[in-house]
Amino acid sequence: MSRTTASAHERSTATPSPDRTKPSTLRIAVARTILETRIYFRERDSVVFSFLFPVVLLGLFATVFGGGETVFGEATGGGVDFARYFLPGMVAAGIMLVSFQTLAIGIAVERDEGTLKRLRGTPMPPAAYFLGKVGMVLLTGLAQVALLLAVAAVAFDVPLPGDAGSWLRFAWVYLLGTAAGTVLGLAYSSVPSSARSASAVVLAPVLILQFISGVFFVFNDLPSWLQNVASVFPLKWLAQGMRSVFLPDRLEPMEVSGSWQLAPTALILSVWLVAGLLLCARTFRWGRKGDS
Amino acid sequence: MITTTSQAVRVRGLRKAYGDVTAVDALDLDVDHGEVVALLGPNGAGKTTTVEILEGYRHRDSGEVGVLGADPGRPEPGWRDRIGIVLQTSGGLDELTVDELVRHFRVYYPAPRDPDEVIAAVGLESKRRARARHLSGGQRRRLDVALGILGSPDLLFLDEPTTGFDPEARREFWSLISSLADGGTTIILTTHYLDEAEQLADRVGIITAGHILAMDSPARIGGRDRDDVVVRWLDEGEPHSATTDRPTALVTDLAARFGGEVPGLSVDRPTLEDVYLRLIGHDTRPDTQHDTGTGGHVDERPDDRSDGPTLEATR
Repeated sequence: MSRTTASAHERSTATPSPDRTKPSTLRIAVARTILETRIYFRERDSVVFSFLFPVVLLGLFATVFGGGETVFGEATGGGVDFARYFLPGMVAAGIMLVSFQTLAIGIAVERDEGTLKRLRGTPMPPAAYFLGKVGMVLLTGLAQVALLLAVAAVAFDVPLPGDAGSWLRFAWVYLLGTAAGTVLGLAYSSVPSSARSASAVVLAPVLILQFISGVFFVFNDLPSWLQNVASVFPLKWLAQGMRSVFLPDRLEPMEVSGSWQLAPTALILSVWLVAGLLLCARTFRWGRKGDS
Repeated sequence: MITTTSQAVRVRGLRKAYGDVTAVDALDLDVDHGEVVALLGPNGAGKTTTVEILEGYRHRDSGEVGVLGADPGRPEPGWRDRIGIVLQTSGGLDELTVDELVRHFRVYYPAPRDPDEVIAAVGLESKRRARARHLSGGQRRRLDVALGILGSPDLLFLDEPTTGFDPEARREFWSLISSLADGGTTIILTTHYLDEAEQLADRVGIITAGHILAMDSPARIGGRDRDDVVVRWLDEGEPHSATTDRPTALVTDLAARFGGEVPGLSVDRPTLEDVYLRLIGHDTRPDTQHDTGTGGHVDERPDDRSDGPTLEATR
């Protein structure tokens, strides 16, 4: 029998001595952001298929359709060329790739390989892990947008907005879209059952959404039932919000609804953000299925 | 250390079932501060489940668990600072170098060890700038240990730490663990290598079917110190062996018979592996009758290769 008494157990409560200063969550979050970003740029898959992909696509679209043709040329008295028309779609797709796709695949792999379990066994605060992911998405996302805009402006002569209002609008659409993509990516990472299947399970819906949300095609050209399906998901609204930033106002009447629909865009992206947060809180696991 | 309880780990009546399968059943365990305890047992005996409950990864169905004075199911702030964990499976973090990983994981701990010392202690100095994906299995495991001891834990869990090591790497690993134990770290180790348990552990616990069957020092577990002994010698070049509980008397007799040195003499207690296999119900050691007559018994016979108490037969 043990000689341990209840009082001995109470006394055992860990009381850190003065020289032990606990590192702050913020400091750890910054360290994790740096680490996550480093990993992101070292993995060829993430660099090619999420960071560079929209840039390559923009180049392709602009080159293939570039021969002086325009989108909505007759209806708007001049229209815009293809590079300019597709830029907002590529910005929107880039946001989804860097946030949703990177996190959904990356965390599924981390979970399956035991990285999450290892981290959970350290004093790292869980909040620092999530903040590190957010920091990584923001850093890589902003770098990607900067590259996209630079390529569009320099290589394809796409005029960028010059007024502060447009950039303010860009900022909130960008942040809201990134936030929604991030929490949805965290939540969706629980769907793939293994690291092996993660890419396929994540890439399929991402690809379909890009097809139906006005990223690869002019949204107006889709059958209306498909437009309605796309309207349920955030990417369509993100792309539309970006069109409101990068396309001239004379193209606004060309939208299916005849308007940029900024208020519904904010609302629907926010609903997805909140839904994603709730889903994460309920479903996020540090171990594989059955590991508890 | 700041806190002193009488035990680093105290478990009473631990139970855990997965559906209909009971993994851990009425398990009791006490580990003192500064002790090295090895848990042995067949696959599926409940070793990893038990250890993962102690580490705070798994929930228990019932029972009392205290680890460094806290309930790992509801760890208090600062509890994880004092625990180091080397999991059974290790993967991920492939694209980071040894240096980067060790330096990064330091940030999590209030009083981390010096990263250069830790890298040196696990013998990865020459691999500092190598990415984890380029490390061999044994090197990767040593990286896991480096990350596990980085926070200078009071209690270190090692779940099958040397699986896949070559003999030299295992020796080096043992001396690393011994030096941690000498420094006062409490260590709980699961392993399939009985020589490892014998080498490292102050006490060995044998787990089968979810509870501890026997727990004692490697020299005494399962009555090993009182067990029959195998004496082997050569007679006219022919190997002979005898199993006895009075080896000194037998050797004295033999010495008299040969008039001095006994050719090819060896006196062997059952190995930890013999005891282990007997305890878990696969006794492959022949002639271990426990005749405790006053004169002791000597069961002498010519050694037959296929019949001998060889390790090979039990593996």
